[in-house]
Amino acid sequence: MTTPTTVASPVQAAAAIPKAGFDLLPLALTLFIALAAWPLIGSTSTWFTLTVAGLAMGMIIFIIASGLTLVFGLMDVLNFGHGVFIALGAYMATSMFTAMADWAATDVLWRNLVLVLATIVVAMLVAGAVGWAFERVLVRPVYGQHLKQILITMGGMIIGEELIKVVWGPTLIAIEMPDALRGVLMIGDSTVEKFRLLATAVGVVVLVIMLFMLNRTKLGLLIRAGVQDREMVESLGYRIRRLFVGVFVAGSALAGLGGALWGIYQQGVLPQIGAQVNVLIFIVIIIGGLGSTTGCLVGALLVGLMANYTGFLAPKVAMFSNIGLMVLVLLWRPQGLYPVANR
Amino acid sequence: MLNRLLSHDLPRNRWLALLLIAIVLGLAFTPFLFPGTKALNVAAKIIVFIVLVASFDLLLGYTGIVSFAHTMFFGIGAYGVAIASTRIGPTWGALALGVAVALLASLLLSLLIGLFSLRVKAIFFAMITLAVASAFLALASQLSDFTGGEDGLTFKLPEALRPATMYLDEPLLGASIDGRFLSYYVLFGVALVLVLAMLRIVNSPFGRVLQAIRENDFRAEAIGYRTVVYRTLSNVLSALFATLAGCLLALWLRYNGPDTTLSFEIMLDVLLIVVIGGMGTIYGAVVGSVLFVLAQSYLQDLMKLGASAVEGVPVLSQLISPDRWLLWLGILFVLSVYHFPAGVVGRLRAMRKSS
Repeated sequence: MTTPTTVASPVQAAAAIPKAGFDLLPLALTLFIALAAWPLIGSTSTWFTLTVAGLAMGMIIFIIASGLTLVFGLMDVLNFGHGVFIALGAYMATSMFTAMADWAATDVLWRNLVLVLATIVVAMLVAGAVGWAFERVLVRPVYGQHLKQILITMGGMIIGEELIKVVWGPTLIAIEMPDALRGVLMIGDSTVEKFRLLATAVGVVVLVIMLFMLNRTKLGLLIRAGVQDREMVESLGYRIRRLFVGVFVAGSALAGLGGALWGIYQQGVLPQIGAQVNVLIFIVIIIGGLGSTTGCLVGALLVGLMANYTGFLAPKVAMFSNIGLMVLVLLWRPQGLYPVANR
Repeated sequence: MLNRLLSHDLPRNRWLALLLIAIVLGLAFTPFLFPGTKALNVAAKIIVFIVLVASFDLLLGYTGIVSFAHTMFFGIGAYGVAIASTRIGPTWGALALGVAVALLASLLLSLLIGLFSLRVKAIFFAMITLAVASAFLALASQLSDFTGGEDGLTFKLPEALRPATMYLDEPLLGASIDGRFLSYYVLFGVALVLVLAMLRIVNSPFGRVLQAIRENDFRAEAIGYRTVVYRTLSNVLSALFATLAGCLLALWLRYNGPDTTLSFEIMLDVLLIVVIGGMGTIYGAVVGSVLFVLAQSYLQDLMKLGASAVEGVPVLSQLISPDRWLLWLGILFVLSVYHFPAGVVGRLRAMRKSS
């Protein structure tokens, strides 16, 4: 204590820690793909249309996938049953649209928006509640056992899909897009579907809330710390289990939200929707780096853009664009675009 | 003799042994014991599934790797036979070529997937195979000139295997001795050899290494085994056996389409059978396949009866309708992963130890 000058104050210590530079390369890649597609497509208005559509699709995918990647990052649990919550959200949308049919039939914009908002809230609540039960009954007994986790959550997926068939029936249920949200907006020569615009808006709101929660609150600090080093957070006295349950429920609710948007956008729901979207979001989180939120966002945008560009340029290979993208990204960065430490 | 044939991996339980003997005898004499087309079709399906599920067990049960691309290799085998037979014509040469090309394709593809994704965590492998399999399914339905698209391919077999070819004018012991009869025994013989070969593999030193990797891969690596190589080999072997199972199925059905071999439902079925039958015991695949296919073919009739009995009760009649049998299977699956991970076979074997 005789040489107080050598003891750095906390503020100084914090300043001494070099700030981790944000990795801009993956973002540049997204931009590069968007720009590279421009000359290939030829017409600027078409390119703009496709880009906006791709970004909107990417935002929906991001909403769905973000919960999955956080759950994996925090607790090392890969939930193959995530698709159930997507399907649940989509089916809640069908129920809500039937229950509030007169709100959908008008072309008054605010009534339609209230309907979509109510649908989103209900879908999130139901998916979150089911997610809580799912974690409690299925996932909790198999922490730390990867093989069993895959099997159990897959089993949960089978059961969930069958239960959905019991409640809503196995056939396609059509969703009528509300009148005011149908159709397109013209911006110059480009067209933007109104619903995609809404989906993008919802996606941005979710993204902002999530980034705020993760980066500016204590809860988010704990979650991020847990992703980096679970044991350390536990030894500091925080119950990571509780945190994890919260994230799992939130992730399920987000999947429900994304599923509702996806279902309305597709204008119809099949019980298999969960399994189909599951494949897509797995690709996204592998591309982004398992456990990384930023990676999840970039991966989702990449996949959304690629799907729209290749769908326009070469519809036959559109199905493989995602796989091709995944292979290329993994060759470049085997751990994904934004690797998470300790994984 | 029998001991050597089974690679010293005996059933180790009286009831299991009896069950296996009953299954083998039942399948060997199906054409005589249970006359009729349906029974023969069910028996053929059981045989194909035994090979398919046992090959998946090689990967899941013995090496501890979850793959969702297993039906892809199953499909490659079936498409190999189907495409060769439609393109070249119903000759033995076409069949052989189809099988050979399918095996080669599976070999390369599984090697590629294995080397690419088995280096990283096992969980990656499950996700990547899921993605690859769904892309392959899309490819098979897209390339309609080549694969017949969604409609699939119907083709003819060589003269000797056609149902119309009669070898004896009179039925022998209640079974008509025709090309169908011969096909059935081709299936039976090939499947028997394949299952014994798989037993041989899992009980060889190589198989022991696989089990070591399943139990503790870090330690296996520390002892000096290159786990990537062993995992990849296991993946390739299991893919090849699945391909052969696909060839057998195409041979029996004389048809192949995306829904018959490639669909995700079959992948789930295989997963369910392996776990319920017993992971890490080739016998589990045998017992599980028999139970599953029998249930699929006959239990649904029973459920239909049950559903009509409780008709009017709103939820209950929905729950036990025959279309929902996968629900009950899923619940059984989850329960068996929790409570008896070694499945039916493991349960039977444990009985002896306790008594």
